[in-house]
Amino acid sequence: MAETAISHGHDVGHGAHSSTGLSNNKLGMWMFLGSECLLFGGLISTYMLYKGRVNAGPQPDQIFDIPFTSVSSFILLMSSLTMVLAVSAAQRKDERNMNLWLVITALLGATFVGGQVYEFTAFYREGLGFTTSLFGSSFYTLTGFHGVHVSVGIIMLMALVGMNRNKRIPGDRAEVVELVGLYWHFVDIVWIIIFTLVYLIPS
Amino acid sequence: MSTATEHSEQTEHTDGHEAEHHGLSDKQYIYIALILAALTAIEVSTYYVDFGPFFMPTLFILMIVKFVTVVSYFMHLKFDNKLFTYLFYSGLLLAIAVYCGFLATFKFFLQKG
Repeated sequence: MAETAISHGHDVGHGAHSSTGLSNNKLGMWMFLGSECLLFGGLISTYMLYKGRVNAGPQPDQIFDIPFTSVSSFILLMSSLTMVLAVSAAQRKDERNMNLWLVITALLGATFVGGQVYEFTAFYREGLGFTTSLFGSSFYTLTGFHGVHVSVGIIMLMALVGMNRNKRIPGDRAEVVELVGLYWHFVDIVWIIIFTLVYLIPS
Repeated sequence: MSTATEHSEQTEHTDGHEAEHHGLSDKQYIYIALILAALTAIEVSTYYVDFGPFFMPTLFILMIVKFVTVVSYFMHLKFDNKLFTYLFYSGLLLAIAVYCGFLATFKFFLQKG
């Protein structure tokens, strides 16, 4: 059985397949995303616990700009669409559209991160620093961690475009794009939760 | 010979290459994105319109529907091997259980009540 798997040339290229017949890389990515639920679960529940603890500085509903954050959320949601279109193009071996959708996804992600930087700056000017209150600490930690995840995703997307241009993507290209896509969509679903629990539900 | 070829093709099909054969068309992905955008618009409307006692349930239902839609269709869990579903949702359910316990320890739910 193992010999059969090794004899498939393409299997060697993308990390081989487990005894289940599934890609090890994909299994690893889903396990990683499952563990990421625990990381963000911790950050979100800590925020829920501390969002009412404001001894100094502004309250959440005094500083949140819902129209602005709604547009940011919409942009991130649409980046999930462009990402899935990139995966679809990769599966069709449509290299031109794959690169195009990957670049658009990275640009939408960069717009989201830019919006987050603007939001943080505005909040800081309104008196909410990282150590101002427990609300401020937990808010910046949660949304900051998410922003770092989006930034890592942008780096992965741009690296993918660069590697694809130089024909340096190892193994099954469609699977590599799909793995990066899984990470990107995960970042999006985390924001779906953050947007509702942090921004839309008042303290 | 032909049986061997068929077997080889079948093996390749099940050997993690399902990704090339499952999923939706680009048009269907766009429809799903439009539905998600509409759901987001309803979510945002709760900020401007008074939903009364339906405020929290509406937000939670919309959040869960959006979450499951992205995971099922954009992340292909609906079409992929069930093992991926178990891996992801077991992590998610563990996180929900652990942190509900954590919040209960700090009497979070009693404070809200």
